[in-house]
Amino acid sequence: MAVALSDADTGTVVTPPTAAAAGVGEPLLAMRGIAKRFFGVPVLTDVDLEVRAGEVHALMGENGAGKSTLMKILAGAHQPDAGTIALDGEPVRFGHPREAQRRGVSIIYQEFNLLPERTVAQNIFLGREPTRGPVVDGRAMAAATAALLADLGVERSIAPHSVVRELSVAQQQTVEIAKALSFAARILIMDEPTASLSPHEVEALFERVRRLQARGLAVLYISHRLKEIFEIAQRITVLKDGRRVDTVAAGAVTPAVLVKMMVGRDLDDYYPPRAATVGEVMLRVRGGGNARLHDIDVELRAGEIVGLAGLEGAGRTELARALFGADPFARGEVRLDGAPTLVRSPRQAIRAGFGFLTEDRKAEGLVLPQSVADNSLLALRSLGARLARRRGGGGGASVLELARDVDLRAASLDQEVRYLSGGNQQKVVLAKWLATKSRLLIFDEPTRGIDVGAKAGIHDLMRGLAAGGAAILMISSDLTEVIGMSDRILVMRDGTIAGALLAGATEAEIILLATGQHETVAA
Amino acid sequence: MIAAGATPGRAGRAWRGVAASDGAPIYGVLALVALVSWTAIIATGGQVNVTTTLIRSVALGMVAVGQTLVILGGSLDLSVAYQVSVTAVMASHVMQGDPDRMLLGVAATVAIGIGIGLANGLIITGLRVNPFITTLGTGLIMRGVLNASFDNFAGEVPREFQTLGYDGIGPIPYALLLFAGVTLVVWALLKYTRFGHHLYAVGGGEETARLSGVRSARAIVGAHVLCSLTAVLTGLFIVSRLRAGAPWVGPDGNYDLESIAAVVLGGTALAGGRGGVLGTVAGVLILALLDNVFNALEVNTFLKQVLRGVIIVAAVAAYARRARPRRARGA
Repeated sequence: MAVALSDADTGTVVTPPTAAAAGVGEPLLAMRGIAKRFFGVPVLTDVDLEVRAGEVHALMGENGAGKSTLMKILAGAHQPDAGTIALDGEPVRFGHPREAQRRGVSIIYQEFNLLPERTVAQNIFLGREPTRGPVVDGRAMAAATAALLADLGVERSIAPHSVVRELSVAQQQTVEIAKALSFAARILIMDEPTASLSPHEVEALFERVRRLQARGLAVLYISHRLKEIFEIAQRITVLKDGRRVDTVAAGAVTPAVLVKMMVGRDLDDYYPPRAATVGEVMLRVRGGGNARLHDIDVELRAGEIVGLAGLEGAGRTELARALFGADPFARGEVRLDGAPTLVRSPRQAIRAGFGFLTEDRKAEGLVLPQSVADNSLLALRSLGARLARRRGGGGGASVLELARDVDLRAASLDQEVRYLSGGNQQKVVLAKWLATKSRLLIFDEPTRGIDVGAKAGIHDLMRGLAAGGAAILMISSDLTEVIGMSDRILVMRDGTIAGALLAGATEAEIILLATGQHETVAA
Repeated sequence: MIAAGATPGRAGRAWRGVAASDGAPIYGVLALVALVSWTAIIATGGQVNVTTTLIRSVALGMVAVGQTLVILGGSLDLSVAYQVSVTAVMASHVMQGDPDRMLLGVAATVAIGIGIGLANGLIITGLRVNPFITTLGTGLIMRGVLNASFDNFAGEVPREFQTLGYDGIGPIPYALLLFAGVTLVVWALLKYTRFGHHLYAVGGGEETARLSGVRSARAIVGAHVLCSLTAVLTGLFIVSRLRAGAPWVGPDGNYDLESIAAVVLGGTALAGGRGGVLGTVAGVLILALLDNVFNALEVNTFLKQVLRGVIIVAAVAAYARRARPRRARGA
């Protein structure tokens, strides 16, 4: 089969005729022209997807490419704005996940839908427990569950009466698979199934997937991990910015080609110029680790913006939380301005000069029903600055200064922050940390959900802060942002720093590091 | 007692296997409390009377069993104390000492109980009012109506009805049989019926339950109706002991907060989804034993309250420690 190549310079896509898809007869699943908008923003545009019985079909794309939305549409959790879905050539409409399940489409989300306090059997048959008269037929339920588990070859390790909470993540996933099979699934969607599995468990999962495949099940497999895709999938569909790039046979492409298909876009956004000079090392972490992180070595210098890239679940937010003392390091050494420092709580971190702009502004960054002024002074007041506490009531000049510093557009300082736009909300969070004179700022997805105009404003502010001597760590899943903003790029994988790249790095380099494919391409 | 709960021996573990996730370790604690309190009573020259202790548990016990149901479903019922009053007052008011009106009295109170349970459940699920507020409100309404209509003991129940409170089969009081029966029925409901399974699901993960096609409103309303029925049974038991009902019998018994305390002491999660009725029974018995020993030792009333408070908080803290391991849906 021919390979589709996207040209990174022009963004155009060369698509060969997809003749190979025909000839096997009717596909099991055909999605055509699927479109979906959220709040007016197109998430999927004219996407086609064909899946045959007995194949493992991988769905790839960067964060935000639309993979999950497409799969949720197929599973009945979302309804498409346009387009058709056909099973065995017969058009179907799924208004509710239950309808999709009844027609043999089951989805296993990254976050499992299991009741931790109930048994395996109770979970699998929830909502459709077999009964004998008025009584739930526990024996029939256990027997059916045992059969499903035996089918997956796990009857020794998982018992029908095991309580889900006591199972490992891999075992819980197996329970989800058994649950899907109990609906007589013909299409099984797995969203990042290996995200929290050990290599050994991944092997076991693949064996199970191949078993299902051999029985004619189609598996739709969402993953970022190139190595796994080539190991398990026969065909690959690549999405980018809500559109289908192409569908290719796994044997016909190389990892590098695939990455190019996923990335293929221009760096046409504007980013402020990089730092001219970089100052002293402000923060140094050696061998940092906790339950979710290990062997973390990080250095942040004054005046520098360090981008932190990595896949979902690689440990980026966990690292930020560890630095900020929210989930502190259990091992390793942290030095601040050369002096060993213990940061065991956010309170200590704030005193030491850290500021953390969390990914979820509304839940973790702001008190929504409070005013701009109150939110701006939140951290400062918590430190017990008496002056600030008194000034808070009377409005005060300092808040006005802060608002000016971050270029806030609000009706007044008494306006409740819930009425502000995303960009202005982010500026209030920033003001909160400027109030405490933070010198070490951690931005987690600083521009997610913020419109293009406001984005540039945030970027300018960040660069300005760095120029003023702050050290900035920026977590972002938007690779153009990482490349555009960073003086240095750290890439995380599996709870540790997988590698560091210099400012000129390409998206492909970052993706390869993040997916653990660096060696393959370098060879 | 915390240590005993945290490190169950082999017997404790076996127990857990039998009554999985039903608060079995609490029975180890119960045995310990019983041993210590009885030893203390005997050492101070008092007499241990198991039956009396059990009888004392019946009133709170039945309400607490009902409370377990609503809490498992992620709800709560603060109106049970007034439901007990309503039942006691209505029973004696309707019966007026006439044995022929006994059935009518029981039927009337049961009907009222079902009505209140339905009202609570439907307000919570239909109008989406927080259960705490809903039942606080319905409780206040009942209190107002009762106080406006009755200012003292209203009528009386016939002597025949009092056999419920005072007689029994051989050495076993009817009241205990009733309590055991209620417990057994609710236990079986939770373990063997779809209703029970769905109640756990709704309390443990409403979205998961919804995506699995469970009708959560039904489970919640059902739990509230059953909870109200247990309050009715408690009211009937109390009025059979007192011969006449008065508006204050429920609130004076503190059935609202005490039943919640017993449920939580028994290992049921206040957020719902985990626990069971056997644990609640143990919780009720522990509270009764403590009362028992405090009375025998002539502990100061206020100190008694302090001690009960400390024990309840300590028990829940112990559960919180046990529940530390990460959950599937956590992170």
